[in-house]
Amino acid sequence: MIRVILRRLAFALPVLMATSIGMFLLGAASPMDPARQYAGAAAFTMSEENLHQIRDNWGVDDPLHEQYLRWAGNLLQGDLGWSTSRHQAVGEVIAGRAGWTLLLIGLTLVVVLIGSLVAGTIAAYRRGGLLDRGVRAAAYAVQSMPSFWLALAAIAVFSLGLGWFPAGGLTDVRATSVTFADVAHHLVLPVTVLAISQAPWFLLFVRDSVAESLREDHVLAARARGLAGRTVLFGHALRTALLPFLTLVGTHLPELVGGSVLVETVFSLPGLGAVSVHAALGSDFPLLAAITLITTAVVLTANLFTDLAYTAADPRVRIDG
Amino acid sequence: MGTAAAVLLALTACSNPDATGSTSAGNTFVVATSGEPDTLNPVLGYGTDGAALIFDGLVARDASNTLIPALAAELPAVSGDGRTITAKLRSGVTFHDGTPLTAGDVVFTYTSVLDPKVDSTLRSDLDMLAGVTAPDPSTVVFALKYAYAPFLQRLTLGIVPAGALEGQDVNKAGFNQKPVGTGPYRVTSWTPGDRLVLAANDTYWGGKPANSGVIVAFVADDNVRAQRARAGEFDAVELAPKLATAFSGFTVHRVPTADYRGVMLPMGDPVTGDVAIRKALDAAVDRQAMVTGVLAGAGDPAYGPVPPTSAFYTATEPAPVNLDEAGWVAGGDGIRAKNGQRAEFSLMYPATDSLRKELALAVTADARKAGIEVKPEGLTWDAIEPRMGDDALIMGWGTPYDPDFVSYKLFGGQFAGQGFFNPGSYRSEIVDKALQDGRDNADTERRKAAYATFQQQLAADAPWVFLTYLQHTYVVRDDVAGVTPRVEAHEHDVANSLWWNIHTWTRK
Repeated sequence: MIRVILRRLAFALPVLMATSIGMFLLGAASPMDPARQYAGAAAFTMSEENLHQIRDNWGVDDPLHEQYLRWAGNLLQGDLGWSTSRHQAVGEVIAGRAGWTLLLIGLTLVVVLIGSLVAGTIAAYRRGGLLDRGVRAAAYAVQSMPSFWLALAAIAVFSLGLGWFPAGGLTDVRATSVTFADVAHHLVLPVTVLAISQAPWFLLFVRDSVAESLREDHVLAARARGLAGRTVLFGHALRTALLPFLTLVGTHLPELVGGSVLVETVFSLPGLGAVSVHAALGSDFPLLAAITLITTAVVLTANLFTDLAYTAADPRVRIDG
Repeated sequence: MGTAAAVLLALTACSNPDATGSTSAGNTFVVATSGEPDTLNPVLGYGTDGAALIFDGLVARDASNTLIPALAAELPAVSGDGRTITAKLRSGVTFHDGTPLTAGDVVFTYTSVLDPKVDSTLRSDLDMLAGVTAPDPSTVVFALKYAYAPFLQRLTLGIVPAGALEGQDVNKAGFNQKPVGTGPYRVTSWTPGDRLVLAANDTYWGGKPANSGVIVAFVADDNVRAQRARAGEFDAVELAPKLATAFSGFTVHRVPTADYRGVMLPMGDPVTGDVAIRKALDAAVDRQAMVTGVLAGAGDPAYGPVPPTSAFYTATEPAPVNLDEAGWVAGGDGIRAKNGQRAEFSLMYPATDSLRKELALAVTADARKAGIEVKPEGLTWDAIEPRMGDDALIMGWGTPYDPDFVSYKLFGGQFAGQGFFNPGSYRSEIVDKALQDGRDNADTERRKAAYATFQQQLAADAPWVFLTYLQHTYVVRDDVAGVTPRVEAHEHDVANSLWWNIHTWTRK
């Protein structure tokens, strides 16, 4: 197992390097001027000389390889660089926001996994029944709804109409401290919306693979032995269906991160999603590069864990890394 | 009027703070805006036009945008040649950390702006400034490279404490996130992307604020901000005109601005280079229809770059032009032509700006009626920039403070073709002289005459077709007392919004 992890790490390095180089090339290809973006409306009244001085201070006009080497050198010393759009060290920007995004994504993942496993399995067991048809129709409908639309609709119904949940923010706007109950109350809608928007994939997948494994020999054999329906369903059918599901979770993680960007924007949550939009609009490549690197690292780690979980769940699987 | 007087009193420190403060202490106001600053340091560009809540400039503006002394004891004195400005500081002013304000802080603030190592976006605005010195701890002397009549208008910039920043890299100082100023509010916390929490500065030189604090919520999305406002989270919120409808318990405020939108017509184009076409276009556009249809009523027709609310305003009106006489004769499709040149041109607008897009479409329809074919093109700024010398563009600009600020560069012949300054390369000796006179002469009457000439010549040449002035729309809870709208600039976020005088707001 340790050998696998080490080998994966060795592969991760070139992937991360390629990603960061790709980021820089994209940045160089972008026609946007970070100094102009930084100046905002003032850019229209600023002299070219003033803009040039700011670009000079940042070194964004230096040759690309110099900029990259400088950035990579600083990175090795633990310095992620300077965010031009947030006017703060990249490390500080991320440290202040990553926690909230992780919380949002983590909670959503738990809700999606439990929800789709339960609903999908039951739908598969009663194939063609009312629940199955209802769940499938709902899944297709949700899949075709943009998540920001879902979010706005949720605010309209549950915040404005019923007044059950706040329409946005992390805490009550007048709150003097961050309390668990307050944050939880504020996260109900964003987590639910993000979970619902991500659920169709998982739900339909669980439903189909459980339905398929219900027809497999070992499940039929278990039934023939007279085992209880619930034992067969959860103990035999779901267990075999779970294996490909693990892969799906690993590959679907980036999509979840993408969805969180929209949900964070609509619910005005101060997470990484909102700040990446800001960074992209402001041509803030140090910040974008750092966020991309972190996302890549998270996805690589998730894939590693998926594979390790795979070996644990199915003794036939051996990975060579 | 009563409120305006109260504001004046509060700003000039003549009011009795206890009279307004005692009844509503413990009251915090929540305001919401989309415009989150990326720094709270005035040197780097936060609240440079004053009303910065956390900071004060040497001077401030009252409800009618007239300059009044703030950290300066009285309005700074200008020397006879207009090149030396002397400011005496108000005594007994302290920063939020308790250190007293001295002339050294003022010198540090302005020197930092001028320092090329500092990423300040203000440096171009202070082109005329040669240096700042402090002959004694309560006197600041500004030396100018040339006489610049509206210089005092540039002294609204918030003063930062030298002690908190000296010897540090101003670009990267922690001060930029948690600053210390002299203003009516001190910073409690700032969670970027969420909110800025301010607490009343009980030892404010202008009198203790009438409320205990302000929370500025940052909600970037227009629709989300409107929905949260409906849910009752905010006392005052800035909303797009079409979203700003009065919901129960709230009132809509439409605030006039100096922020105009218009069509910049390049002189190099064979069609827009012809003054007859430009003037025909100027007369053909239906400005009132744009205000009603595009701006949902939240605007005023614009005929020039000086807003009607300015003391320098001269009314001008587009005169109808006979295009037939000018040689532009209608062809079979209704579009005019002259010597084989069809009366057609491209009109660019930034594609992401839905307001400018709708204005471009309205201009297209109006021009068609005059026999001119306009082809609207939505582009990114990067695609627009290289084409500005050849193609028309929907532009916007404007400031309520002084007619020199924007117009000098936007219509001055010496700035022709320099980026966004005078992209259409408009050149008029009369305009150049008027703009220079307005800048050189300190005398208000002579300045007014110069800007009258400028506006009339601009109307005669029509290098731009001015369309509308925008109004900023806010929704305010009914129980808030003390709201005093004043003419706003394009930029309005934490600083310089409807809540410019929030330290005098109370609850009814």
